[in-house]
Amino acid sequence: MVTEIKKTSWVAALSILLVVCLIPAAVYAQGSGPSDDEVNAVAKQLYCPVCENIPLDACGTTACEQWRGVIRDRLAEGWSEDQIKEYFVAQYGDRVLAEPPREGFNWVVYIVPMVIFVGGGVLFITGIKRWRDSGQDRTLRRGGKKVPEPDKLSDDDIKRVEEELLKRSKG
Amino acid sequence: MIAEIGFGSLFISLIISVYGVIAAIYGERNHQRKWVFSAKQAMRLVFPLLTLSIGSLIFLILNNNFEVVYVASVSSINMPVYLKITAIWGGQAGSMLFWSWLLAGFGFIVTFRKWDRDQDFLPWVIAICLGTIAFFVVLNTFFENPFVRYWQVNQEIVQSFVHPPGGIQVAPRNGGGLNPLLRHPGMIIHPPMQYLGFVAFIVPYAFAMASLITGRSDDRWIQLSRPWAIWAWLFLSLGLILGARWAYDVLGWGGYWGWDPVENSALMPWLSGTAFLHAVLIQEKRNMFKQWPIVLIIVTYNLVIFGTFLTRSGLLSSVHSFARSSIGPIFLAFIALTFIASFWLLSSRWEKFKSRQVLTSFFSKEALILITIILFLGMLVTTFWGVIFPNISELVTGQKVTVGPPFYERVAGPILGGVLVIMVICPLAVWSFVSFKHLGKLLWKPFIVSLLGVLLPIYGGLTKVPAVIAFWLVAFVLAVNGFEFIRRTRLRRRSQSESLFQTISGVFQRNKRSYSAIIIHVGMVFMALGIIGIEFFQTETQGTIAEGQELQLASYTMEYEQLDIFNTSDDRNVARAVILVKKDGQVIDEIYPRRDFYYDSNQQVTIPGVRSTLVDDFYTILVDWKAVTSEGATFKVYHNPLVKWLWIGAWTIILGVVVTSLPDNRSTRAGSRTRGRDGHRN
Repeated sequence: MVTEIKKTSWVAALSILLVVCLIPAAVYAQGSGPSDDEVNAVAKQLYCPVCENIPLDACGTTACEQWRGVIRDRLAEGWSEDQIKEYFVAQYGDRVLAEPPREGFNWVVYIVPMVIFVGGGVLFITGIKRWRDSGQDRTLRRGGKKVPEPDKLSDDDIKRVEEELLKRSKG
Repeated sequence: MIAEIGFGSLFISLIISVYGVIAAIYGERNHQRKWVFSAKQAMRLVFPLLTLSIGSLIFLILNNNFEVVYVASVSSINMPVYLKITAIWGGQAGSMLFWSWLLAGFGFIVTFRKWDRDQDFLPWVIAICLGTIAFFVVLNTFFENPFVRYWQVNQEIVQSFVHPPGGIQVAPRNGGGLNPLLRHPGMIIHPPMQYLGFVAFIVPYAFAMASLITGRSDDRWIQLSRPWAIWAWLFLSLGLILGARWAYDVLGWGGYWGWDPVENSALMPWLSGTAFLHAVLIQEKRNMFKQWPIVLIIVTYNLVIFGTFLTRSGLLSSVHSFARSSIGPIFLAFIALTFIASFWLLSSRWEKFKSRQVLTSFFSKEALILITIILFLGMLVTTFWGVIFPNISELVTGQKVTVGPPFYERVAGPILGGVLVIMVICPLAVWSFVSFKHLGKLLWKPFIVSLLGVLLPIYGGLTKVPAVIAFWLVAFVLAVNGFEFIRRTRLRRRSQSESLFQTISGVFQRNKRSYSAIIIHVGMVFMALGIIGIEFFQTETQGTIAEGQELQLASYTMEYEQLDIFNTSDDRNVARAVILVKKDGQVIDEIYPRRDFYYDSNQQVTIPGVRSTLVDDFYTILVDWKAVTSEGATFKVYHNPLVKWLWIGAWTIILGVVVTSLPDNRSTRAGSRTRGRDGHRN
């Protein structure tokens, strides 16, 4: 009986010791609730509402630390990433998002470069085609059975002439 | 007294600049050389005057004259001398003065070149350089005066340059000190490089305008501009890379580029400047697209002014701060005026600058370079649009938005890919004409070698398709350049009997420009490697650990050894963690992430501890710690593969530019020395 009590108390003591030892480690490793990485994964997609152009995960100000705290709390409450983002947008406006949301006037930011790219591309290709068609030496265009020598001068010759000119210009 | 000297010389330099502009134009219009000569002397005089002005400011900073508002805002008693000197560009007024001083210096150098062949350009170059200097000096004199002082008038502190009636000069006991973020070695060299790059582009612009105004449509202005543009490009590149390095080392977010408006404002002139250098090449070689370099240098000039305006002012952060500021509208008016005037001039000369040559093949060198220019312009337009859109949005909808990295990266990725594809083909393409068949013949061997760039990453367990494509392109560019070099060396070996070393140096000598271009492009590819590494493969973790505990990331383990907190002699409080970096259980390095708190400016800086190798960087930041017990600290850890190649690439580019700037054909020079002055090329 005595040995049994001894045994039980040993087990109890050991378990308590184990728990005591593990608690800080567990607290350090995990904290209670979402991990830092989970918080940062959401914070990364948001921008600090006070400092210009700094993602929330990298911002060192106290305000941002508190906002990361908000994200942590919301995650602990089971909110999804999108819900948290919506919450921040509702609180601080669209500027907390890394990109303007695709709605209303904001479409302009996405459409203008596309229009310029497509327009520029079309202009470039039609321009060059028209240009090529107006070129005098059409044989070149078809694949060139002739040796192509539109300038009658090789690059090296041109270079030498240029170098001579340069030399003279330098006096 | 010193402040009066500084402001006085600033004011006189303004009067002389304005006089110079008027004298140059008057002399040219009335064909009176003496007026142009006088304007030239004016341009020479502005530099010593501005040197005196900036020298006075340096003196005031070194002497801790905190009665000067600017000195009090950027300096403090305990700052070391080298930091006090860098404090000149630590604020807006000082950086504008520094800008004008640099431009005056370049103007000074330009006046000493031989103008015999280019007399017609001279008055216009003077007018444009001095006009730009005058604009900045006006801002410095009337709006952002670095010599304004504190005065006490009836118990009230006022800021004024002139002595207010009944005022007593007062000075704070100590200054606020330079922003600690700017106290990094990268930040000491970065702004001068950036500004040198900005300012050096003004000279090619001046030549371009001179060419337009005089109607001289040959490529003389290009010849005169090219060395300036190359150095400007180098300085701008150095400025960008040092800025990136600074961000990586000081900002503590594990990256080097955040697409922030200020970064973008430095990138934009670089993009148009790079496009300009390529357009210059086409004009030189083929005498084609002669309007392009002019358009690009006009755009670059305006982006330089825009960038200068944006970098220090922070005015684009909000429409309201822009409207409130006094210099914002003036800057905008200046940019609008020069932009419209330049393009009006160009349109009036459009026909004159039209080229008679035609594009004959999509694979010719000129066509490929043209596509490169368009890709750069695409990136430029996107960046510009992204920078200004938040303001447009605020004006239209009243709501502010952020245009962040995802917006730019969507375009930057494919454009970088496109540029790499062109860099594969371009070294093999020739001017004026090349067939696809011909290209294919030259491409198949490098192509096979480049497959290593696909197989190795896949063998290493890489699954991201865009990354594999990017690696393949990088390998392809390197292979093409390698093969091309070997081919040329062989050709020369066959025709000449000399040692391998002689052959290689001979090949370089023979075509220095194209080889320096290869070096620069290889540098760009190395940089691309760094970008791919960090963009596709960066991983991170964060955790709070006690001393002796570990955090793991990628193949690394870090062990938190201890934390030391101490004060330094330069007024800092440092919290410095000692971290053991382990791989496979073995300690391989010791790094020290730390947090510096600056007492004078009441600000803190997070300096990461980094272990950097050719393969990857292990980057740790001390986020937080328990000050009393010192038993636990929070670390943010990044694993950044290949990022070192970004810096290696940058050094390679510098090497390339230095090679291209070496004197032409050294053997000829050596020969000419023995043969006498008129030794000709053999």
